[in-house]
Amino acid sequence: MKNTLYLPEIIKMLEKVEEIELENIDMTAGELELIMSMISAIKGPSVKKAEYLDLDFNVPLANFPGEVLEVELGATKSNGGTRKNVIKVGGQKTLPFYNFESHNPNEPVIAYDVFDTNIHLAGPVRRHFEDVMDDPAEWAKRCVDKYGADAVTIHLISTDPTIKDTSAREAAKTVENVLQAVKVPIIIGGSGNTDKDPEVLEKAAEVSEGEHCLINSASMNMDYKRIAKACLDHGHVVLSWTSLDINDQKTLNKYLIDLGIKREDIIMDPTTAALGYGLEYSFSIMERIRLAALKGDKDLQMPMSSGTTNAWGAREAWMENPEWGDREKRGPLWEAVTALTLCLAGSDLFMMMNPTAMQLFKDTFRCLSGLKETVSLDIKDWIRMG
Amino acid sequence: MAKKIGPLDIYNYLPKTNCGECGEKTCMAFASQLIERSVKLEDCSPLIQPNFAVSYRGLKEMLAPSVKEVLVGVENTAVKIGGEEVIFRHELTYFNKTAIALDVHDEMENDELVSRVRYVNDFYFKRIGEELKLDIIAIRSKSNDPDIFAQCVSKVSDETKKPLMICSWDPFVLESGLKVVGHERPLIYAATKDTWKEIGGLALKYNCPVVAFADGDMSELKSVVKALESMGVEDIVLDPGSHVEGQHLSNTFGNFVKSRRAAIWNEDVGYPLLGVPAIVWLNGDGAENTFKEVMIAAIMIDKYADLIILHTPEIWALLPIVTLRQNIYTDPRRPIAVDAGLKRFGNPDENSPVLMTTNFALTYYTVASDIESLGVDCYLLVIDTEGLGVEVSVAGGQLDAFKAVDAIKKSGIEEEVKHRKIIIPGLSSRISGDLEIQSDWEVLVGPVDSSSIGDFIEKKWS
Ligand code: B12
Ligand code: SF4
Repeated sequence: MKNTLYLPEIIKMLEKVEEIELENIDMTAGELELIMSMISAIKGPSVKKAEYLDLDFNVPLANFPGEVLEVELGATKSNGGTRKNVIKVGGQKTLPFYNFESHNPNEPVIAYDVFDTNIHLAGPVRRHFEDVMDDPAEWAKRCVDKYGADAVTIHLISTDPTIKDTSAREAAKTVENVLQAVKVPIIIGGSGNTDKDPEVLEKAAEVSEGEHCLINSASMNMDYKRIAKACLDHGHVVLSWTSLDINDQKTLNKYLIDLGIKREDIIMDPTTAALGYGLEYSFSIMERIRLAALKGDKDLQMPMSSGTTNAWGAREAWMENPEWGDREKRGPLWEAVTALTLCLAGSDLFMMMNPTAMQLFKDTFRCLSGLKETVSLDIKDWIRMG
Repeated sequence: MAKKIGPLDIYNYLPKTNCGECGEKTCMAFASQLIERSVKLEDCSPLIQPNFAVSYRGLKEMLAPSVKEVLVGVENTAVKIGGEEVIFRHELTYFNKTAIALDVHDEMENDELVSRVRYVNDFYFKRIGEELKLDIIAIRSKSNDPDIFAQCVSKVSDETKKPLMICSWDPFVLESGLKVVGHERPLIYAATKDTWKEIGGLALKYNCPVVAFADGDMSELKSVVKALESMGVEDIVLDPGSHVEGQHLSNTFGNFVKSRRAAIWNEDVGYPLLGVPAIVWLNGDGAENTFKEVMIAAIMIDKYADLIILHTPEIWALLPIVTLRQNIYTDPRRPIAVDAGLKRFGNPDENSPVLMTTNFALTYYTVASDIESLGVDCYLLVIDTEGLGVEVSVAGGQLDAFKAVDAIKKSGIEEEVKHRKIIIPGLSSRISGDLEIQSDWEVLVGPVDSSSIGDFIEKKWS
């Protein structure tokens, strides 16, 4: 019988056995010689001695030349506002929770979503706010008093002509009510209608002058100059929103800076695509933006924000489906996992909706920050646990 | 593979004949594909002839991934872990998705054991045309008794084709398991500072991959690994210890990051990483453990576990985990696309509705599953939008009236139906005017979300 041996097999043989007999193998003398010459190369000079040595692991540290800007939200009395506290967003010196490398000064910030109209919300979210959904001020109060929200976003979505076409003036009233009702820093959001938002956000910025709110948002497909001007005139921070494009993000940030906005008064929203619905895009875009910032790209050094609430757009979050298990648990996890993943990618501020999701996310990032003291368990016991 | 290696470095070692036997037009093209790992070195048949021995060997080394690829299990049911080349996915891509193991132990009642194993066998969840599954069964020796363990291992192995992992700190217990399933290449858990010699010996004797464990101490972990290497053990998996509570979680996370950086930056201890979210259950039986386990699993999938062991079988907990894994291991540079063209649902006839959508897998499968659950007979015209969704492709120009007209003509739908009415997605309403002008089709703008297609057809299709 004649056999042809190919290299991968020969090498395997040589690696495994001490001696080989090459029988019935079709090979020229030259080839055989070549192979023999390989034996020593492959087997190495001599076998190492089996032993345990105490070795040192060199911790691989990155040396990032840049850092993320620190943006303040809210203004207290001493700064001309009426908030009881100021929140600091960003300031990161290394990637999220790389505590072995550097100390990031600020923890992630969560802002509770409040809407100015009783919109359709998934059951697991609605449950917590059902009785206050007709009154945004009460809704905001619920977030702060009951759930301990650090910040609140008031989304003026009823101003959308296809929803209620609420006037800018009326919407501004809502903003005033919310500012009265709660003393945490607030974020003011439009409806996403690019024609109407400039007007609505202008008015809202005006009535909240001095409170150093985050105005959500300026984007390229609208008259962002009006938004920028309103923020400048009334002392607010602007949210620079683009859709999953790092170059667009750079460009819009530059435009805003050219209009006179301070770099410390910009937060970026590169768009959140939810778990199962494009999260891979948001993850990479945010990771790339954060790395660029740490490497020193000045146009991308602003903190990032995530509209994590988008997670509730995913069917797996809201839909009743016995094959997917309990929706009351699945939904909050969907939001919490979206938040956590984007947090690890570099997002600093999270606009969220479900109290359970927020609690889970917060518990987790407090541990990751190294700020939650606890005793150490003997983890070797896991093999023999219940 | 060292970072700087480019196609040219590889090309220099190839036969340079452009013979085409590998399926690529040129050796250079083959070299590029090698970097992306879409082909194997052995696909170049001239290269595996004896006269190219030195080149082959050189290339093999050059292309070995920074994180070694380790196989658990045998033949076509084996699971590959590790094999990674970059720290951030956007630098190249991630190759082998995090394998997920579910645990069982040797003091479980027979029924419970069997049903848990079958649960792993049968678990699957279809998303975007991909079947998301559990990969491995991890058997813990709770009893720490060699005989009891061996019995349990044998029962599990009878019930499943999934690769196994056998877990004990005691070499005798492990060997009793290996006597039963050693030939199936289970992953041995775990060798420590104290047991590396015995357990490394088992790994060699049974030719199985083995986990090296050190509790939070990276220098110790490295020392265990090097000790195993010195014995000749090649397939190693790293467990830096999974602490899931308080500030200890921060250290664990740090160790995962350090390991991956060391592998890629310094070619130091380049092996796959194991995380054990199941450890949250050391705290007792609280319901909140499941939530917490999901969060820990998410951290580990995001950064940088190649294998995780879970304890919860709850579907609402596993669903976000397997979905996250799918997302993290999807390369955003290559959107998952499906074949364009005309698809039939049920038994459509000449009067059946015609719907239109794009070939982004997420879009297509969402729409397809909505149609299937309705059970209506219809045609779905899938347009090649280069793998982009509806709104994105309208915004970016991959979907416009021209494309739609062209797709209608080429699909042959005009021979299949008598009517000339097409339902387009609500989010593509912008193209409806042009589409009506450029074709002789009446365009019905459907709902924004395909979940209400049923209502729409009922009301608007007559
Ligand atoms: C992920 C995403 C991307 C990914 C695309 C991934 C991909 N492979 O498609 C990337 C990063 C590449 C991308 C790029 C762009 N994007 Co983009 N992107 C998104 C995002 C976040 C999600 C879109 C998505 O995947 N949805 C899920 C899929 C399943 O939805 P779908 O295809 O629409 O299918 C649903 C419906 O249409 C309907 N349906 C589908 N078929 C059918 C059929 C029938 C008969 C019916 C009735 C219904 C129906 O049901 C489906 C399920 O609900 C949205 C924002 C958002 N949250 O929606 C922005 C968004 C779509 N993008 C937008 C833009 C502007 C862009 C860019 C042009 C600009 C940019 N700078 O990024 C580029 C364009 C690139 C190109 N075309 O060349 C805008 C579009 C604005 C507009 N209306 O014009 C959006 C809305 C964001 C925004 N508000 O600015 N994007
Ligand atoms: S088979 Fe090998 S020699 Fe032939 S073209 Fe491909 S790479 Fe080049």
